[in-house]
Amino acid sequence: MRYSGIRVIKEALSGHKGWGPLWRDPEPKPHYDFVIIGGGGHGLATAYYLAREFGESRIAVLERGWIGGGNVGRNTTIIRSNYLLDGNEPFYEFSLKLWEGLEQDFNFNAMVSQRGILNLVHTDAQRDAARRRGNAMILNGSDAELLDTEGVRKLYPFLNFDNARFPIKGGLLHRRGGTVRHDAVAWGYARGADQRGVDIIQNCEATGFKIEDGKCLGVETTRGFIGAGQVGVSVAGSSSRVMALAGMRLPMESHVLQAFVSEGLKPVLPGVITYGAGHFYCSQSDKGGLVFGGDIDGYNSYAQRGNLPVIEDVAEGGISLIPALGRVRLLRAWGGIMDMSMDGSPIIDNTHIEGLSFNGGWCYGGFKATPAAGWCFAHLLKTGQPHETATAYRFDRFRRGYMIDEKGQGAQPNLH
Amino acid sequence: MIINHPLLGPRDAQEFTYLGDASLIHRPDWQGEDASGQFHDYLYLRDNPAGQHRELWFHEVGDRSWLVVTRNTLTHEISNVELARDVARREGRGK
Ligand SMILES: Cc1cc2nc3c(=O)[nH]c(=O)nc-3n(C[C@H](O)[C@H](O)[C@H](O)COP(=O)(O)OP(=O)(O)OC[C@H]3O[C@@H](n4cnc5c(N)ncnc54)[C@H](O)[C@@H]3O)c2cc1C
Repeated sequence: MRYSGIRVIKEALSGHKGWGPLWRDPEPKPHYDFVIIGGGGHGLATAYYLAREFGESRIAVLERGWIGGGNVGRNTTIIRSNYLLDGNEPFYEFSLKLWEGLEQDFNFNAMVSQRGILNLVHTDAQRDAARRRGNAMILNGSDAELLDTEGVRKLYPFLNFDNARFPIKGGLLHRRGGTVRHDAVAWGYARGADQRGVDIIQNCEATGFKIEDGKCLGVETTRGFIGAGQVGVSVAGSSSRVMALAGMRLPMESHVLQAFVSEGLKPVLPGVITYGAGHFYCSQSDKGGLVFGGDIDGYNSYAQRGNLPVIEDVAEGGISLIPALGRVRLLRAWGGIMDMSMDGSPIIDNTHIEGLSFNGGWCYGGFKATPAAGWCFAHLLKTGQPHETATAYRFDRFRRGYMIDEKGQGAQPNLH
Repeated sequence: MIINHPLLGPRDAQEFTYLGDASLIHRPDWQGEDASGQFHDYLYLRDNPAGQHRELWFHEVGDRSWLVVTRNTLTHEISNVELARDVARREGRGK
């Protein structure tokens, strides 16, 4: 069924009885050409592009729980193309361009909203760094504008401009950045993939790989063995656990990141803002809640919940930037498990095992990457070669000394 | 989280900074064969288990000692805390 305005009117007049489920609930088949482990945004997008771009149809996505229950349904929904380094920025710009056409492409309302992202600066050094980053963005086809204090004041008059320690000196504005309804991204890709024949198999956990003579022949699951021509692993925070089943140790630690939403307010925050002097970033959802977050908790975790010190730290950052927040009540807090890589950048690569490829290490920034990660992973699975925007995302970059370290922190995942 | 410091008693985890897997105590021999391969594994690869994890915490705003904390990464429950110095000696590092 195609969604359209006429369809909505028709359904309204007939009691909304014609809407069916968005995707089937098939039994797993004994063999597929492509098996994707992990039904998050990335796994679903990979299956979608394998079918739509690369003409494949015998594809399954295996999801341990339900579609949208992982990080794709837990993130703070920000999309942007404002990276600095060469290995990264062309990829994220490719992703943002895909976001710009996504809803028409998969015929689903994902509420892509390019409301702009403003990274605030509070010192001269930060302003210089913002200028440099802005230039790198523009060189890669993205957009960037450096605002002075007055420019920021026009957009966000209620910020704490005269904070004695951290005065707002300006900001780097990325107008094409914004937010997307995260659940709808999972659902839209799932529906689009299903319509092209992909089997989305929920409640199906991968528990092992069948590897013979260095070749991966399929996946052991809680619903039996599923044979595969190519296996793609895309399980975000569970990356180390799943790849350990194939005997691999990854350059990764799993950490918990928390996020928060306030009670619903009238429209107050038109875009996304990030504080340059504390761990706090914020946007307002269309329902009115302020959606905000900060830094990871900083220790290995698979618990999907964090601790109070970070909540306090984020609240302090928020109130020091927007004093008016002091009266806002917090509605919910939650956590997700991040696949924090050793340089803060991802991996989309083949492994030493034939027929087994990997996509992960997205840290806290993989939502914005969803369309391009899906596209590039599909490209790798189909052709065996990296997509032109993802050539730097290799396993061996650590051995070769080609880290993509945006923050310059070194091999310390909790600092990225 | 509360870390039960062997010398100072229960302390808030906020007083500590976190380094990572306690296997970092075992720095490879820089003159050994395949030192560069070993340093690659030491520096970049991690077991990253879901469950019991032995890890290094530094009491930064306290007595500045290094601790080896055994903690369950699924529940955050801490079951054992030792001075890293004792662990390192027991495992044959240092004098
Ligand atoms: C609080 C928070 C805020 C964030 N904010 C942003 C943001 O603003 N912008 C941004 O770009 N990114 C953000 N991120 C990061 C982003 O959400 C992730 O990087 C991205 O969603 C990861 O890809 P995914 O959607 O495929 O992951 P997931 O949705 O986690 O998908 C992985 C799936 O694999 C499944 N799985 C695991 N093990 C197995 C197995 N053995 N067998 C079968 N299935 C398995 C899991 O159940 C899960 O559904 C945030 C993350 C969090 C937690």
